[in-house]
Amino acid sequence: MEDKLTAILTRYRENEGNLISIMQDIEHEFGYLREDAINWVSEQLDVPASKFYGIATFYAQFHLKPKGKNVITACCGTACHVKGSERLINSLVKELNIPDGDDTSEDLKYTVEKVNCVGACSIAPVIIVNKAVHGKVTPDKLMKEIKTLKEGPKKEYTDYI
Amino acid sequence: MNKDVSIKVCMGTGGIAAGGGEVMAAFDRALTQRGIQASVEKHCSVHQVGCRGFCARDVLVDVIVDGAKATYEYIKPDMVEKIVSEHIVSGTPVAEWLVKDGYDDFHNKQVKVLLADCGELDPEDINAYINRKGYEATRKVLTTMTPRETIDEVKASGLRGRGGAGFPTGVKWESATKVDEPIKYIICNADEGDPGAFMDRAIIEGNPHALIEGMIIGAFAIGSHKGYVYIRAEYPLAVDRLRKAIVDAKAAGYLGENILGTGFDFDIKINLGAGAFVCGESTALMRSIEGRRGMPRPTPPRSTEKGLYDKPTVLNNVETLANVPYIIRNGAAWFAAYGTEKSKGTKVVALTGKIKNPGLIEIPMGVPLRQIVYDIGGGIEGGKRLKAVQSGGPSGGCIPVELIDTPVDFESLAKVGSIMGSGGMVVLDETDCMVNVAKYFLKFTESESCGKCIPCRIGTKRLLEILTRITEGKGREGDIELLESLSYDVMASSLCGLGQSAPNPIMSTIRYYRDEYEAHIYEKRCPAGVCKDLLSYSIVEEFCKGCTACSRVCPAGAIIGEKKKPHKIIQDMCIKCGACFETCKFKSIRKG
Repeated sequence: MEDKLTAILTRYRENEGNLISIMQDIEHEFGYLREDAINWVSEQLDVPASKFYGIATFYAQFHLKPKGKNVITACCGTACHVKGSERLINSLVKELNIPDGDDTSEDLKYTVEKVNCVGACSIAPVIIVNKAVHGKVTPDKLMKEIKTLKEGPKKEYTDYI
Repeated sequence: MNKDVSIKVCMGTGGIAAGGGEVMAAFDRALTQRGIQASVEKHCSVHQVGCRGFCARDVLVDVIVDGAKATYEYIKPDMVEKIVSEHIVSGTPVAEWLVKDGYDDFHNKQVKVLLADCGELDPEDINAYINRKGYEATRKVLTTMTPRETIDEVKASGLRGRGGAGFPTGVKWESATKVDEPIKYIICNADEGDPGAFMDRAIIEGNPHALIEGMIIGAFAIGSHKGYVYIRAEYPLAVDRLRKAIVDAKAAGYLGENILGTGFDFDIKINLGAGAFVCGESTALMRSIEGRRGMPRPTPPRSTEKGLYDKPTVLNNVETLANVPYIIRNGAAWFAAYGTEKSKGTKVVALTGKIKNPGLIEIPMGVPLRQIVYDIGGGIEGGKRLKAVQSGGPSGGCIPVELIDTPVDFESLAKVGSIMGSGGMVVLDETDCMVNVAKYFLKFTESESCGKCIPCRIGTKRLLEILTRITEGKGREGDIELLESLSYDVMASSLCGLGQSAPNPIMSTIRYYRDEYEAHIYEKRCPAGVCKDLLSYSIVEEFCKGCTACSRVCPAGAIIGEKKKPHKIIQDMCIKCGACFETCKFKSIRKG
């Protein structure tokens, strides 16, 4: 862990970064803001950990708990809302057994994230499954996608994004 | 066969989602396979282009053979083989896949200035931009103009900020020059947070160099040597393309030290937003670039006096900056010829919602809303009736169908109780409940309120609570008046624009749709049939054929009945999801 964090700190010093960019790198590296990682960086920089906590709880992008293996992002933008995104989210939460008030299933397999707007409103409603953007999603299409996710191997779409 | 062939595949976020990458690969394969005809291959290229605005019909593909262009819509990888063999090799376009019905109207009724290059040039190729007169404006400004002249030109054009407030850009630049301070910053606000808006994403994805050029010119005008682009992390493709564009511009000598040998230094750094809507507010955005919680501070002092790291800072929106090179290149008078007396130029609008042709469009300021919805947008989808157009996102309001002839410019929209905002327009039809729309926006602002000032933090929460109880059928007498007076207080006493404009969606829906609020409160009825708690579903026996489609989709198992006999909904078990309503082909499910 320390090697990875040292690399992050070097990058931060070279690029005149700030706490947010360090935390974005940590989130990217470990999938969430690990407490031990934050404590280590806080000591190295002599910045109180509470400051990191303050930033982490302010911005929607940061997670204090690990995310699931599969991340399903539901767009909650206006266009998606009027085209029925709420129903899609409800069925996702139910289908993937996401506990109330949480966004990740207990077995750490799935995270259902809600985001404000992914800016692809003309193909609303939009659901992003492991970085692959799906437009004009219907409950049927979504269930099929979830089924392949549950059964099949994880698809790699990262070539484009 | 010696043909000049070029293929352009739409590769914006919409295009990629529809499979643009696979289509490009299929073209590559099909063309290489025919490598026997070496001459074809030699002149052949598959370009990626940015968003052409009509994402609803993706993947859109242009096939240009010897200068003759044909555009295909809804292209899938397995259709590519036929296009290559019939169109490119044999010379007969595949007629049934060509664009039809409204495609030309969608484009021809627009006036494209900024979007003219989006969808035409390869955004990842700086030479494509230079070939279309790119960086000419930078050269002109740096070699033949003074900062004063540059500011005067922008002032004369009448360009106003496209981020929402509509502040004159030239005036903003000028005020930054009045502060005597060696270090100044220019920031591009690409934290496009309004839900339902994607103009800035499309511009960066489709034409990133125009933004860079605008920043160079702005920096020269105010005497800044360092710029920041604060961009949403939710736009990965835009971030990548912008990164590449900055690297290429540096290599070509348009960014960095001693630009074009003129001695002017300027560099751009990208900062990724971390997902906070309030960071669209200028002082909050600057805190966020500094690596802190993005909370706004009271103004004055204005950012142009004390901004980022307490230095004079100019903050402009993406579309504003992207307009600048075109103004410099074509002259202020050319720009000012578009638009109305007070709102000059064109505006890029994200047209979405219940419309036939959703997408990204560009129109001269002052065009009536009707023209946008019907002539360009093709009208309402599914034969429904238009109810309202929501403009300006969570800070905006709804324009009812009766005011559909309102011109789209800063002043006219404000007059009817909405705002231009950044240019998002969501079309609502008769099945949209206006109380629910107001609740949606308040839910948004309530959760995005940074919590620094009390009117916004607590006010939006109370407003949301009242709206929620109205939609749940627990509305009380006096709730409408309470909403109005509380809205007024929140608007008057909040610290920043977020709180000051948060009640707008409530105010404008009460103004035009008071009867809907009253129906919810006094009759416990949702006229549009949206609010779950005020709804019940039932089956009309004489229409039901007993096809069992509804009982199969019902997630709660609340529909019973034998095959070929009328079915029934058990009300206690119904979760009112509406799945049966949408599935029934015989219109036998009644909502109300």
